Amino acid sequence: MATDSDKDLQFRDPDTAEELTERLEELMDDIGEPVDVMHVCGSHEQAIAKFGLRSLLPDGLSVRMGPGCPVCVTNMPEVDEAVALAEDGKVVATYGDMFRVPGTARSLEDAKADGADVRVVYSASEAADIAAENPGEEVVFFATGFETTAAPTAAVLSDDPPENFSVLSAHKYVPPAMEVVAEMPDTNIDGFLAAGHAATITGYGLFEEFVADYDIPVVVGGFEPLDVLLGLERLLEYVRDGEAGLENAYPRAVSEEGNVQARDTMWDVFETESGEWRGIAEIPAANLALREEYAASDARERFDIDPDVGGEDPLTEQCICGDIMAGKADPDGCDLFGEECTPQNPVGACMVSSEGTCKIWYEYGGQPDL
Amino acid sequence: MCLAIPGEVVEIDGMEARAEFWDVEKTVRLDIVGETVEEGDYILNHAGFAIRKLPDDQVEETIEIYEAFLEGDEDEALEEIGAEGGDLGIERGPSTPGPMGKPDPELDPMADREETSDGD
Ligand code: SF4
Ligand code: SF4
Repeated sequence: MATDSDKDLQFRDPDTAEELTERLEELMDDIGEPVDVMHVCGSHEQAIAKFGLRSLLPDGLSVRMGPGCPVCVTNMPEVDEAVALAEDGKVVATYGDMFRVPGTARSLEDAKADGADVRVVYSASEAADIAAENPGEEVVFFATGFETTAAPTAAVLSDDPPENFSVLSAHKYVPPAMEVVAEMPDTNIDGFLAAGHAATITGYGLFEEFVADYDIPVVVGGFEPLDVLLGLERLLEYVRDGEAGLENAYPRAVSEEGNVQARDTMWDVFETESGEWRGIAEIPAANLALREEYAASDARERFDIDPDVGGEDPLTEQCICGDIMAGKADPDGCDLFGEECTPQNPVGACMVSSEGTCKIWYEYGGQPDL
Repeated sequence: MCLAIPGEVVEIDGMEARAEFWDVEKTVRLDIVGETVEEGDYILNHAGFAIRKLPDDQVEETIEIYEAFLEGDEDEALEEIGAEGGDLGIERGPSTPGPMGKPDPELDPMADREETSDGD
């Protein structure tokens, strides 16, 4: 049964924090074996790293980062498509963190250095504005992100955008990816801490089926340190009781039904299709493609995109982003971490985005809390 | 690509609102907020769109939480909404996702923090 946590969080209250960590210890004692929990949200990893939460956790409780960063899971061929459009003279607008994400051969940054017109925008509507202001140009919005950015992209497309505006969708939908990770034989996840802000849109009720199908507890958590601790405490209680429950530990932002209007707008414009998530797997129904009604605004329909695909880069071959996002490895398990691969010179996508695990670990001192 | 930022709506013109985030005004679209928004309401802005109206009784707590989470990284949050100022060169680009801070060895989240950082 899905429920709202009724705990009232006295924000940043040291007593509550202590109480919660003691509860975690107790629960781990009761459980008596190692527990692996996965969060699916870059902001969770930031909170955990920034506030040193791993050092507060009892032995045997491991909190892993899953495919929770949309920049990291954008597949290289998708970046290649955007680069090809830019090199072909289109204006390509995208969110700032996509700018340096490497494709197989090049990044948008490389294309820009060679004279392509690549713009950084903060919203899909800004990209549409660029199109309105430049009627002579084709403006393509390279759209990335989960539900929270897909709904805005959809809103712009359904609001009669300029004719010279189109969207190259690399939007992704999280729940099917959680299923794939839950099914991986070598990733033993005992519970999921689901992403708070994505759930603002989808509502936490969405996970009910997942919980039932995979017999795994899911708790939706916020990104404040106490939110994270509370989410873990709720999860461990389910693990101890051998129960697969669903709970909302972030009622400040998340409701059971979510933002219905945003969701309706999103599904009016997008449909799911199977697609590759970088380094993880081909995931059924986890990519968001434009529906046929929006073909005129679909960059893939509109242009003959022929990406210049690079050869195998020996460095990218060594990148273990995929394993990290599947919860099988940590960044310090990568030979390139902090040496060949740094935020200034990223090899994999996890080192680019501020929600990428490698970048977060790098920023907070290599191996936070160890 | 996820941190939604709270701001106060100061002016509404159809589906477009002006909202204030830490003294910076930005345009926010109201197309998908799913609720009636009025001037004076607080919304969560994500990628230029309001995705939720904050219930009145949660505004204060929510803002407080954000300020503490950002702790001196308000610039990053402002970058996220495309506010001018700071180093917004394309080399760095706006960080669509969450805020990033420099490592702070003294940082103890659980300590009762008296001082409030107002960024710089
Ligand atoms: S350190 Fe770099 S190369 Fe290694 S997994 Fe992370 S992003 Fe990939
Ligand atoms: S809520 Fe935001 S940070 Fe978390 S996974 Fe979703 S997009 Fe990323």
